[in-house]
Amino acid sequence: MKDAPGASKVARNSEGKLIERPLSPHLQIYRPQISSALSIFHRITGVGLGLGTLLLVWWLAASAGSDADYAAAAGFIGSPLGLLLLFGWTAALVYHFLNGIRHLAWDAGWGFDLPTAHASGRMVLVGTAALTVLVWIIGLIVW
Amino acid sequence: MAVGNPHITTMRSPLGRVRGLGSAKSGTAHWWAQRLTALALVPLAVWFVISLLALLGQPHEAVVHWIGRPLHAVPLLALIAALFHHLQLGLQVVIEDYIHGEAVRLAVLLVMRAGVILLFLIAFVAILKMSF
Repeated sequence: MKDAPGASKVARNSEGKLIERPLSPHLQIYRPQISSALSIFHRITGVGLGLGTLLLVWWLAASAGSDADYAAAAGFIGSPLGLLLLFGWTAALVYHFLNGIRHLAWDAGWGFDLPTAHASGRMVLVGTAALTVLVWIIGLIVW
Repeated sequence: MAVGNPHITTMRSPLGRVRGLGSAKSGTAHWWAQRLTALALVPLAVWFVISLLALLGQPHEAVVHWIGRPLHAVPLLALIAALFHHLQLGLQVVIEDYIHGEAVRLAVLLVMRAGVILLFLIAFVAILKMSF
């Protein structure tokens, strides 16, 4: 034990003998649960949406530029790869939005008991699928 | 200790307790800013997605005209301000959680923050350019 984290892993047992403290079970040991899965998914979609801001900034900068700039950005977004990214962006945004509201509700002290948290988690999943499809149906009709 | 005389013994100085900033030296500022920007983004994100749907298939000129109107440019500016601040706060926590080497962590944090600020400024200038 050279450092503080190392020192905190060593302790004396009831007989005064130095022992290594037991560690809590690591990620691979736990059975996957909806609570932990949705939590890490909130993070993953957050990082993904961060990358997605590149597309947003490109779109804004191209709009402020020439017709050719705009055509290039619009052409990419309308391409198969662009549409795939846009679909992923929609799903990630809807998920992060709904689960973010769930987090804000927890912060306000509401719905933190396990049955409610599990129920709201399932609502987030169903809501994400439904809203993503709805946005794309409207989008394809308008487009 | 006598029963009925509960008291707390603390090693912290009275000044440290009054400031209430803890070991991070910034108190709950980070946590609070993340929640406030999230709250601001709730209506702004809904408005933005609906606006994007309305703009689908419109020619360049119409898009520029739409963004340039104050009633659209101002919420757009509010959106990118809240969005990039929220992004910077969130990515900071992710980086601090997963990168353990102190030098690498600091470098990645600085690069991330510089990138987010630059993206914000590009979006900011683009919106202003279409407004004037």
